[in-house]
Order: sequence, then structure tokens, then C-alpha cells
Amino acid sequence: MSAISVAVHARNRQRYQFRRGVNAVMLGLTSVATVVAILPLIWILGYVLQEGGRFLSLDFFTQLPTPVGVPGGGVANAIVGSAILVGLACLFAIPPALLAAIYAHARPNTPLGLALRFGTDVLSGVPSIVVGIFAYTVVVLPLRRFSALAGGLALAVIMLPIIIRATEEMLKLVPKNLREGSLALGAPEWKTQLRVMLPAALDGVVTGVMLGIARVAGEAAPLVLTSFGNPFWSTDVTQPMAALPHMIFVYAIAPYKDWHDKAWTTALVLIVLVLGLNIAARLLISWRRRQLGA
Amino acid sequence: MTVRARVQRQAPWVRSFGRATKHGDRPFNLVVTAAVLSVLALVAAIGVELWQNSALSRQAFGLQFLWTTTWDPVFRDFGALPFILGTLETSVLALILALPLSLGIAIFLAELSPEWLRMPLGFLVELLAAVPSVIYGLWGLYVFVPTVVRPLGGVFSDSLGFLPLFQGPVFGPSRLAASLILTIMITPTISAVSRDVFLAIPRSQREASLALGATRWETIWRVLVPYGLSGILGAVILGMGRALGETMAVTMVIGNNLDLTSSLLHPGYTMASIIVNEFTEATYDLYLQALVEIGLVLFVLTLVLNLFARFLVWNVSRRIPQEVRA
Repeated sequence: MSAISVAVHARNRQRYQFRRGVNAVMLGLTSVATVVAILPLIWILGYVLQEGGRFLSLDFFTQLPTPVGVPGGGVANAIVGSAILVGLACLFAIPPALLAAIYAHARPNTPLGLALRFGTDVLSGVPSIVVGIFAYTVVVLPLRRFSALAGGLALAVIMLPIIIRATEEMLKLVPKNLREGSLALGAPEWKTQLRVMLPAALDGVVTGVMLGIARVAGEAAPLVLTSFGNPFWSTDVTQPMAALPHMIFVYAIAPYKDWHDKAWTTALVLIVLVLGLNIAARLLISWRRRQLGA
Repeated sequence: MTVRARVQRQAPWVRSFGRATKHGDRPFNLVVTAAVLSVLALVAAIGVELWQNSALSRQAFGLQFLWTTTWDPVFRDFGALPFILGTLETSVLALILALPLSLGIAIFLAELSPEWLRMPLGFLVELLAAVPSVIYGLWGLYVFVPTVVRPLGGVFSDSLGFLPLFQGPVFGPSRLAASLILTIMITPTISAVSRDVFLAIPRSQREASLALGATRWETIWRVLVPYGLSGILGAVILGMGRALGETMAVTMVIGNNLDLTSSLLHPGYTMASIIVNEFTEATYDLYLQALVEIGLVLFVLTLVLNLFARFLVWNVSRRIPQEVRA
């Protein structure tokens, strides 16, 4: 063997060692990245549990907020307010979202279907604060006061694209022959869609709605401009109304220590609600996919 | 009774009504189409409302609104440049930080993770995306900023203080704090989408590359990433959109200060945070409409970003048939 080929051989070996080294380092870094990304979740959850748990009591769910310095009190009005706001959002968003999803599934490639897809994309990209401004100009300005109605509308706009997408995805999972079978038996298209397709996709639709609720239940930004918050009991939808995420914001940026404590406890209530809905929805999705073998 | 007999027993007007409406399909189509049109009308209405309700401000300042720096409610003089720059600076920095992190997670989840770990890890990353923004803000303000951002700011100030980006005294709530919080918030979005992109790449691509003697990393970096580039870009644009419009968390940690330097260590303002801070305090119409115009700028920005993403996907899906369409 000549000296040159030995040298080449050695250099190739070296090169190979180098490539293997790069491989090991970069692959190692990807697992580091994963750990780094998940750390904040554990940190946030741990902190909210620890700080929020200290002041958690039954009163917190049944009492009205107390002024600064007065101990005790709760966020009962914000819990009810959040429920009303989310309920209004569902009322406004679910019917058109389901119908639009039926269209998107049935005729995805017509001009209107493509426009709908683009519209849904745009809508899901609109920042929630901009949606808040929209609800302000449409409801608050004409009524001349902040109201739960405006808040519900803002949340509905945010919810709409989430439900459309989720429902469309779930309709895609329904076997084609169900639809064909129904049509072959002589059922008209509307009966097929509403009595066969939607029920077959029902749990999927429910998960979509749950994800939508989880998303809007945590929205605070649009509520600042629309439902505004309210320290008292109110179930009148034409009046300002309290909500959990908005309450956290108000408590957190106030300069009082006891309000900060309440912010953490409210955050605990909200995070359990939102993450609980999310976990339930995702378990339902994975269960359904396994069931359909998809 | 046979169907035929039942149909024949129906009153004539029922039969002709059924025929005229295609047994209910015509009205159903009408209702469904109306729902679709109302969704489209909603998108248009958002644009129109923002445009009309910023008329005063647009007439008063014209396009100058976009590049003047005064924001003075007392003297009725408004310009949005500090907010536009603040939004762009924090979002771009967040993107630069989040991209390698998210790619790492996506690669780990799609290519390296053992099967039993893939589901729970992916689940955790998705939960991270579900935490409400206001809770990120609360945690950021009282935990993350004092324990991480402030010391980090001190280190940057000492070592890189000569750069304009790190000039001046160190504050806790700052553009740096906002960027880091945004990084945490957009990482799950980008990594979840890019993971799906990696999972959609055909197996043969990996096998061919490995068979040619490439290491696993070379396969990932030189074959899979270029192959899925359009999908990854789509993920990045999605993350960028989220960062641009993020309101609560940013408002709570950025310090809300009309600061005209570009230093990351200073408190600043973004478009979303000035709106949420001053909207309910705007005492006269011009003030309010100036804020609405900032909302309009934000809306147009996200619209353009979305169009760009569409164009990108369209352009690539025309070139590469069918495979990666994320």
C-alpha cells in the first residue's frame, strides 16, 4: 500500500469520526430542546398549584370579590360570568360553524368552498385584540355601554374557525359508505347530513367544541374592550360582566399583595378548567381514532 | 304499506312541494350557503369596521401615522412607529429563538423518540399551547422576569452593553422579557406543526439517504428538512402570526413605556399592548380612532402574512406533487 493511500485512508477515518461526533452532538441537542421546552409548563403548573392552592377554599367559589385589604371573598361572579360569556359564544358560533363545516366537507373545491377555507384561515389568524375592537365597534358603540353581549360576540368570532376546522376534520373520518348508504335508501341530502353524518361525527364535533371553549375561556384581551369586568353580581347580558381571565389580569397588575394572591388562586381555577377540557378533548379524539382505525 | 302507496296517499300539494324543494334539499342548501356566506361576511365586516372607525385618525395623520413617533393624547398628536417597531422587534427575536428550539423538538418527536414516549411528550407540548395567555403573563410578571430575565439582562448589559440592542440600564419588565415569553408561547405551535411535517415525509427518503452512508443527523438536516421546508415555513408563519397578535402576556411583562430606543433591556410597547392599555381610557374620538387604526395595521399585517403563507403552500404544492402539504 502506498503512503498516499494510507494518508487518504487516515483522513477518511478522521472525517468519519468527525461526522459521527456531529451526529451525536446534534441528536443530543434535540432532546435537550425538548426538555427545555417542557420545563416552563412544569414550572408554571407547579407555581400556580403552590401559590394558588394556599388560598383555595369553598368560599372562593361562592363569595363575591372583596375590596383591597378585606380578607376572604371569592370569584363566584367571575365563574358565573365566564360561563355566561362562553355560553353566549357557543350560541352564536356553533350553528353557523356546523353548517359551514358541512359545506366545507361536502364541496371543498368549489369557489365558495375555497373562499371558505381561506376565510377560516384568515379568521383564525386575526389577533384576539382586533376581534375585541370589532365587537366594540359593532355592539358597544351602538349600545353605548360595555356588555356581556359584546364579550360573547368577540369570543364567538374567535371560536368559529376552531369549530369549523375540527368538525370538518371529523366529518372526513366518517366512512364514505355511510353517506352513500343513506342516499341510496332515498334520504334527501339534508337528512343524510343532519341525521347520519353529523351524529356519526358527533363525539368529534363535541371535542371540537370543547377545544373551542377551552381556548376562549382563557381569553382576556377582547373582554377588556367588551364585557369590561364587574365586581358585583350580574347575570344581565346587556350589562358589564366579570370573567375569570379578566379577573386575573385586574388582580395581577394591581399594586396590592392580597390581590396578587387572589390572582394566583383564580389562575389555578382557570388552568384546571382549561387544561381539564383540553385533556378530556384529546383523550376523546385519540379514543375515537383508535375506534375508527384511522 | 308500500312506499309507493304512501307517496300516492299524500296530498297533491305535499308532493308538488317536495318536488319543488327537492325534498328539502333546496332550502337546506340555501341555509348552508347562507352560513358560509356569513362566515365570509364576518371576515369582510372586521376589515370594514376597522377601516370606518379609524376614519378620523386616517384623515388627520394620513400615512404619516405609520412612521411618526409622537404619541401624545394631550396635544392630540398620534403616530404608531414605536408600537410597530416594538411588535416587530419582540416577534422577530422570539421567532429567532423559537425556531431552533422548535425544530429540535419536532425532530426529536418525529425521528428519535421511542414509540412509548412520543404520545405523552407531544401531549405535553400541546398542553403548553393551551395555557391561557393571561396565566403566562402572571407567571412572567412575578416569577420569570425576576428570576430569569433580570439576571440575564444584567449579563447582556455587562458583556454586550456596547451594542445598541443592549444599551442602558437594566429593567425587569422589558422587550427582552416580552420576547422570551413569546418564545415560550410560540414554540409549541411551531413544533407541533413541523412535527406533523416530518411525520408526513415518506420513509423511502430516509432509507435512501441512510443507505448512501449518511449519518442520521445528515439525513435529517440535508434530506428531511429541505424536503419539508415549505411546511416548516408554514409553521414559522403561523408562529409569527401568534407572536404579532399576542396581547395579555406581552402587556404584563413588557413594561408599557413609550421608549424610543431599540434596547431590548428597556420597557417598551407593542401594538396589541397599547390598544389593551389605553382603549378604555381613550376620552375623545380621535384618540379612540387612532387606537383602532393601530388595530387596522395589525389586522392588515396578519392578513398579508396569511396570504403569503397561502402563496407559499400553493407555490410548493404546484412544484412537488401531493406529498408535504402542511
